[in-house]
Order: sequence, then C-alpha cells, then structure tokens
Amino acid sequence: MGAVCAFLETAKGKLKKSAAEVAGEGARLARALGGPLDVVLAGKGVTPLAAEAAKLGADRVLVADADALASFTIDGHVRALAKAIAASSPKLVLLAASVVGKDLAPAVAAATSSPLLADVVGLGVKDGRIVARKPICAGKAIANVSAQAPLAVVSLRPNVFAPQPPDASRSAPVEIVDAGVRPDEIRTVIRQVLAKASEKLDLTEADVIVSGGRGLKGPENFHLVEKLAEAAGGVVGASRAVVDAGWRPHEEQVGQTGKTVSPKLYIAVGISGAIQHLAGMRTSRCIVAINIDPEAPIFKVADYGIVGDLFEVVPALTEELRKLRET
Amino acid sequence: MDLIVCLKRVPDSAARIQVAADGKSIDPAGVEHVISPYDEMALEAALQLREKHGGTVTAVSLGPPEATKELRQALAMGADKAVLLKSSGGARGPQGTAVLLADAIRPRPHDVVLFGRQSIDADNAAVGVMVASLLGIPIVTLATKLEFAGGAMTAHREAEGATEVVEVRLPAAFSAQRGLAEPRYPSIKGIMTAKKKPIEESEAAPPSAAVSVESLELPPVRKGGRIVGKGKDAVPELVRLLRAEAKVL
Repeated sequence: MGAVCAFLETAKGKLKKSAAEVAGEGARLARALGGPLDVVLAGKGVTPLAAEAAKLGADRVLVADADALASFTIDGHVRALAKAIAASSPKLVLLAASVVGKDLAPAVAAATSSPLLADVVGLGVKDGRIVARKPICAGKAIANVSAQAPLAVVSLRPNVFAPQPPDASRSAPVEIVDAGVRPDEIRTVIRQVLAKASEKLDLTEADVIVSGGRGLKGPENFHLVEKLAEAAGGVVGASRAVVDAGWRPHEEQVGQTGKTVSPKLYIAVGISGAIQHLAGMRTSRCIVAINIDPEAPIFKVADYGIVGDLFEVVPALTEELRKLRET
Repeated sequence: MDLIVCLKRVPDSAARIQVAADGKSIDPAGVEHVISPYDEMALEAALQLREKHGGTVTAVSLGPPEATKELRQALAMGADKAVLLKSSGGARGPQGTAVLLADAIRPRPHDVVLFGRQSIDADNAAVGVMVASLLGIPIVTLATKLEFAGGAMTAHREAEGATEVVEVRLPAAFSAQRGLAEPRYPSIKGIMTAKKKPIEESEAAPPSAAVSVESLELPPVRKGGRIVGKGKDAVPELVRLLRAEAKVL
C-alpha cells in the first residue's frame, strides 16, 4: 500500500518541469503520511523515462505505456491512472494543475468518488486529514481547506512547489501497468494539431513573463515587449484591455478572467494594474513595473518600479539584459 | 439539439474581496454578482448552436436563492428554460457540486452540456470534467470553436502551446475558453420575455463533510512601492537590484 501516488507529466520524450515539483511534494507528503511514494508515467514510449523518474525520490515507478496514450486524452489517461491507483492504493493522488492535470485530476476524482483539492499552493497533513491552501478569486483570497476521505486528489499549482533535485544514485523498481485501453475506445478523437508558429511555453509554466498593456498605444508596438521577453528569457503576457481590443491573442491574457501566473519575474509594461489583473499575477516572486503614471496602482504591488516613458525604458532594459546574456 | 448550460453566480472580477464574519466565506456586502464570465461564453455558444441547428437551451445553476438574478439574465439572453438548485451555502467542493448538477441533468434530454472552463471564484476548473464523468459522456475542455455536422461536434481546443482539433460524437460536454463566443447583450424584448418565463426551483441536498473550508484569509499585502528611478537612467540600477537583491536574473 502506498501513501502517495504522483502522476508525472511527460512531453516529447522528457519529464516535464512540473514532474520534479510534483515528485518533490509527493516525497514530502509520503514521509508525513508514513508510507512510500509511487510515481506514475503514462504515454506512448515513456518506459525509458522510468530511471529518470526514480531519481526524483520515487520508491516505485508505475509505467503505463500504450498506443492509446500517445496523445493526452481524458478517456485514455484516466484509465491508466486509475489502474495505477488501484496498484498503489494511496491515501493521496498528486498531479500538476497544468492544462493536462486540470483535465485529469477531476476525472480521476470523479472516477474514484474522491474529493479534489484543485490548484493548491500549500499542502500538509493535520490529524490525518489532508489540508491545503487554495487561492480563490484568482488569489484575492486564500481558503484553508481540508479533505476527509480515504483517498484525496490534489493538483498543485505549477511554479509554486520546490522542485526535487534529481538524486543520480537513486533507483527504484519499475512496475508495468496495463492501461487496458485501446485507441478505438477514446471518444475524443484528435484529428489535427494546429501548432503555433513558435513553440511557446504556456504562461502558467514560464519563469519570466513580460506583459504589455494599453500604455503601448497600439499592437504595432508590442515588438518592444516581445524583444524584452526574449532578452529576459521569458514569454509575453497581456492585460485584459489589450486582449479585448484585439491587439493580442486571448491565451496571453493575465488576470482573473485570463491566466493566473506566479513566475520568478513578472515585468508589467504600460499596465496600470486593475484589480482583476493584480489578482492574476500578485503571487509572482518579483514584480517590476514600468509606467509613465507614478500614481498607477501597479506600483503598489511592484517590488521595483521605474516611472517613465516605456518607449525609452523598455529598449534600454532590453539592451542591458542582452549584454548580460552575452557575458 | 438539446443543450444544457451550467452557470454559476460569482462575485464580479472588479470586486474587492473581504472575509465574512464567519471567517470562512466571502463577505457579500457591496459585492456585485454576475454569471461567471466563462459560463456566459458557454451560454452564448449554446444559443448560437441552437440558432443554427434548432433545439432548446436550458440553463442550470447551483447557488443561493439570489442566483435567480443570473438565471433571469440567461433567459433574457435567450435560454428557453432555467433550473435553480437552491443551496443554503457551505463548502461542497467540486465533487459535491458535480454530483448535484449531474443528477439534475441526467433526466433531461442533453445532446450537449456546456460549462465555462472554470468559475472565477472557486477557480477549480473541475466541475465540468466531473459532471461529464458522472453522466458517462466525453468532454472537450478549453474549447475555442464548436462546429456540428453529421452527428459529431468538431471542437478546437486550446492545448499547451497548440490548438487541437477534436472530434466527438454527441452526447458530449464542452468547456468554454475565451474566444469561443462573445456573450450578447440581452435585447429589451428578451428582458421582457424573461420576466414571464418560469424558473424551476428545487432544494439542493446539504453538503457532505468530504471537503471543508477551515478558514478564509486575505493574501499578505505585497510590500511594493519601491521606485528605482525615473526614465531609462534607472535601468542599470534596476538590473543590479534584480541580480543582487531579488536574484531573479
């Protein structure tokens, strides 16, 4: 019987960044619950990753490797994970609250009639109950929640939990799990994948985000934000105002009706800082604001602010960061 | 095509959130409530599908008695029927909510069940997936486009850094991502008609103890407000601080 069963995501033959976060938290919770950590890999051709997964603190690696799992689908992956859970009999199932995890966690909770604590930023065990800190209203408030059940499913907000450093000397037994699902049983058929021009990282998983707002005056000036993001090794975000105006695609929107992000560094360019925007980025580790209006609310939450014309400040900052990267 | 849309009454995104006297819930004083924005997009998508393919749109909400306001809004936008599962409050968690919604949907004809990608208060992004699972139908989440032809729905889905084109036979569920449909404003005629449409009400079972909220707190106030300087001359100092002090570069 396991204490924690942690689902590790893979992509393109590698463990995703979230895997080390989920495994690290899994190892910690397994110790608190006094049992082992099982980690689960599910996909097509994921078996070779078992050794790497073991290095993240696993006591056992459960692998579901099947053609039907080639692409992520709820139908396929929930069967695989349910089989792994049956093999592990854990008290706690952990996943990342990523795009994949947000599909899989509730499906697994429903399939096992278990309570779900979704997108949590803190996790622990208190008097035998699983307790968690769960932001609501995009982080305008934090609920301290608990689950009372033989099995609880918890998804962890990406970029919040400390990643487990790999232990090169560690190995763990590998157990093959028969997902028991054929490709023709997947009811949602992926006919086509329309790739974006660039292989952009999702905002919620980025370490650095540079967001632009109405201060940029028009979509044609967003190249300033793009170049700064590139120099800072980050991705581009946007305020609701500029998404509503059609300057930027909706998937870049940061805020309560967009994405909630917690990067290491968040640079707000020409964004005044409406309540709903602040709600979506206030948990960033370091916030920088560049705005011409010294009274802009964004400066109240920014760790560092520069009051000034973004059309001068942003190119100067881009140049400075480029120099830094070259040295 | 019979469409069911699940709607949640939530505090508006512009609302400032305060903790109520019980220490566990949001203080409703001075908070404006709305249909959760993604749910409203799902409703608009349902209305557009009905306009193209015929059928009915039923709006279902689990919420307090005041949620009749949001259901009236749905009727004014064009929904044919509205169902309120009246809840006296208390935390249920997404699983508890999903069980009640699924029980309400199961006996009704449902070719398509629509949700928002997540409510903007609980932020779980879970109820849609759970309801679909309980109903035994597939779900495509994060839909940005829906097209129906030949008994199957083709959905564009915003996956990680790419768009998946997913085909699924009905009955099926979908969750709306921004981009799916821009909600319409109710017409005067719509508002007048909505006043006369009945809202079917029933009492929702009390929540179980599987999930409970122990307390609600406001996040720590960020100690911001440090202005490094003015204009581009402040850039070198900013970079120094980001490296030496914040250690993020």
